[in-house]
Amino acid sequence: MSAPIASDAVPKARFDLIPLLLIAAVALAALPLVGSATSWATLTLAGLAMGLIIFVIASGLTLVFGLMDVLNFGHGVFIALGAFVATTVMGAMGGFVASPSLGANLVAVGVAALTGMVAAAALGLVFERVLVRPVYGMHLKQILITMGGMIIGEELIKLVWGAQMIPLQPPESLRGALLLGDVAIEKFRLLAVAVGLVVFAALLWLLNRTKLGLLIRAGVQDREMVESLGYRIRRLFVAVFVAGSALAGLGGVLWGLYQQSVMPQIGAQVNTLLFIVIIIGGLGSTLGCFAGALLVGLMANYCGFIAPKAALFSNIGLMVAVLLWRPQGLYPVSQR
Amino acid sequence: MNALRALLSHDLPRSRLLAALLILIVAALALTPFAFPGTRALNVAAKILVFIVLVGSYDLLLGYTGIVSFAHTMFFGIGAYGVAIASSRLAPGFGALAIGIGGALALSLLLALVIGLFSLRVKAIFFAMITLAVAAAFQGLASQLSDFTGGEDGLNFRLPELLSPSTGFTEEPFLGASIDGRLLSYYLLFVTAAVLVLALLRIVNSPFGRVLQAIRDNDFRAEAIGYRLVTYRTLSTLLAAVFATLAGALLAIWLRYNGPDTSLSFEIMLDILLIVVIGGMGTIYGAVIGSALFVLAQSYLQDLMRVGAAAVEGVPVLSQLIAPERWLLWLGVLFVLAVYHFPNGLVGRLRQGRRAS
Repeated sequence: MSAPIASDAVPKARFDLIPLLLIAAVALAALPLVGSATSWATLTLAGLAMGLIIFVIASGLTLVFGLMDVLNFGHGVFIALGAFVATTVMGAMGGFVASPSLGANLVAVGVAALTGMVAAAALGLVFERVLVRPVYGMHLKQILITMGGMIIGEELIKLVWGAQMIPLQPPESLRGALLLGDVAIEKFRLLAVAVGLVVFAALLWLLNRTKLGLLIRAGVQDREMVESLGYRIRRLFVAVFVAGSALAGLGGVLWGLYQQSVMPQIGAQVNTLLFIVIIIGGLGSTLGCFAGALLVGLMANYCGFIAPKAALFSNIGLMVAVLLWRPQGLYPVSQR
Repeated sequence: MNALRALLSHDLPRSRLLAALLILIVAALALTPFAFPGTRALNVAAKILVFIVLVGSYDLLLGYTGIVSFAHTMFFGIGAYGVAIASSRLAPGFGALAIGIGGALALSLLLALVIGLFSLRVKAIFFAMITLAVAAAFQGLASQLSDFTGGEDGLNFRLPELLSPSTGFTEEPFLGASIDGRLLSYYLLFVTAAVLVLALLRIVNSPFGRVLQAIRDNDFRAEAIGYRLVTYRTLSTLLAAVFATLAGALLAIWLRYNGPDTSLSFEIMLDILLIVVIGGMGTIYGAVIGSALFVLAQSYLQDLMRVGAAAVEGVPVLSQLIAPERWLLWLGVLFVLAVYHFPNGLVGRLRQGRRAS
């Protein structure tokens, strides 16, 4: 993919700041279009919250694709499962949810998120074992099988929780907004941003500072080489798949609380967004996924405010524009 | 016999049981208005006809060319909306129908060309993802442009006088069926669907169809022999789009209504995928058998499951599992099993059975 470099010096890898600057540029460009600074701030926070939730969901998907060349069209099931488990847990912890103290509320959300993650991780393990493993290397079958997995998963969720929409309210002290001067900041979005940033930091640390991360990154770039050095990529892959599913479950909990309702089709709905994000970011790239998710989140919120009719196409337009500029995505993964 | 061979483009069922099933389905569809009186049976039969064409066109794409597209309902919807919009804006008549279908075909071709040229150069997975996104955006667009498309409510419209149910041709019912515009539209659907399916068979058995299969089986090699992959893939997408648009037009003509849920929803896309895989990819006959079974199951299996669920009402999990709302679960399981164990679906299974004996 990369053009041959004529110079004799070994080219140094330089950190590519342009996509991150692009996010800032989009945010700044939206300021005059939105008009008032207060609604701009609210929209930006909403966009960041949405973007970070999407990032939490999509990071596993993009890593799995990078590692094993498997694209999981059924990733949405883990989101839905996480969200539905959260409804049950939050329902069971009614006392904590209703109590006015922030600590108790956070405990409720934390327990819901953890349970959601564990449930999604368990499902991910089964999903990988039963559905994905027999079809490695066969793209067509992978798409069909994982799609089938999503149909089954969605039906099973309907079996347990019913087909209707279930409201999922954030706990007492996370509802409503903080007022900073004139700027209204919804409390839950603040929490979502915090969680998203923590996940992002943890992922970056894991991928860049640990041996496990080194292996994962190496596997994404050149799988056969890592295998030939004696590491079992498959085990690593299962671990990443399960971790990705758990993150999707966490994202589902956050997404459900963000939307304040949960329904079985939530997974299929978010799927489209996920694919746009990982294509924009460059398939297999974590940083690209982060940048893509923020771009998509911000664009969706700005467009929804400035031109609601055009909001549907903001994401597609964004994807086309990015691909015209960088056909491999914002942060292309080499060797692919 | 030779005429029949030529009609089927020398692509015979190659299995006695399959041939018998096909004859049964065709005969049942042809005689539905007389053999099974009642609106419900006629509606089910018409839906089967529409789905045969729709799934057949998807088979051309997925089964013969090896392209996974999630934007197939978009073309289906364009066909249905073309008829609906033209008929509700213009005076109802065959002119309006022709304009609607013509406009829909033009739009479908244009969109298919754009999608094909932009994204068929990339890997299958990219194409699948991009079509998913495009289809979602299109569905959103259709429900947003409510002045034009009727939004979520959809459009009710009138057809040419000749096809409307109030037009009676004879005073007395003939063989238990009243000869009216409804019957005429049913046979219009039947004949059109038959012609379209035969045309599909003709296409997949032409030299062009062989190239498509070569690309499906080994694209690298096909390219090395000298076939331009992008050209052939794009042509296949265009053809599939044309057939899907016509299927959409048939649906709108039958229902005299169209809305986002009836022709554009993602559920229909999943249905198509289920039918084509369970019926048998790359066979066209799979589309016929699959559609018939699927629509019958969708319409009548749920009744059966309701009976079954009532029978085991006390049992906690089992009664939930065979509740009529859960029939899609079983189809999903069947789908996954089909992808693993019968890559050629029911049709492939039937043909294999013959070889073993």
